[in-house]
Amino acid sequence: MAEKRIYEVVFIIDPGADDEEVMKLSEAVQKIVTSQSGAITKTELMGKRQLAYEINHKREGIYVLLEIEGSGAEIAELERRMRVNDRILRYITVRVDEDRRRADKLKERRARKAAKRATAPKQRESAPPGGAEEEDYAA
Amino acid sequence: MSTNYEDRDFGFEREYERAGGPMGRGGRRMQRRKSCRFCIDKVDLIDFKDVKLLQSYIPERGKILPRRISGACATHQRMLAEAIKRARNIAFLPYAAD
Repeated sequence: MAEKRIYEVVFIIDPGADDEEVMKLSEAVQKIVTSQSGAITKTELMGKRQLAYEINHKREGIYVLLEIEGSGAEIAELERRMRVNDRILRYITVRVDEDRRRADKLKERRARKAAKRATAPKQRESAPPGGAEEEDYAA
Repeated sequence: MSTNYEDRDFGFEREYERAGGPMGRGGRRMQRRKSCRFCIDKVDLIDFKDVKLLQSYIPERGKILPRRISGACATHQRMLAEAIKRARNIAFLPYAAD
């Protein structure tokens, strides 16, 4: 696969796990990802948090956020491993590169529009102000 | 439990048309047309990890605040709903409260 994909993975570790176990798990994750020629671009330990509902009779969990860059093969492998690991209560993978590209495009278009408005202000003088905001998302 | 969203004040979308008070002639509240918060703030991406933001769009029952109340435009309501559903999956938000 030619293009790089970016994923965000959040997973919840059993609250009974100590720091060492958390470290070991994240190292294991790192190994899986790199073995499939992916790269971890960000790791964030969000720490212990209250769960909004019970998962496996537990009310809290340790959240870890990863940002992974790769082809998608490492995600498949990672999800497979996480599914069988009973210390991991839950995980979610979200592909973010497409959404980010879209956001960038919108931002760029807004910047272009703003520039145009700045250079040709004379014709728009009769138009009521504040009408331009809605157009941004209309197309 | 009341699910009457119209009577609840979420603090951000309500502006009264006149200074004469909250009630209109028919007993129903008069409201100015809401405009999309996210469009005004120029938000392009709604993150499912932003629990604080998402929480203001789920009333106590845990449901997603409908568009007619939240005032969000179609594009942003879609993003918001998607983000809330993701957040529910990893227990940032409840599927159902109480």
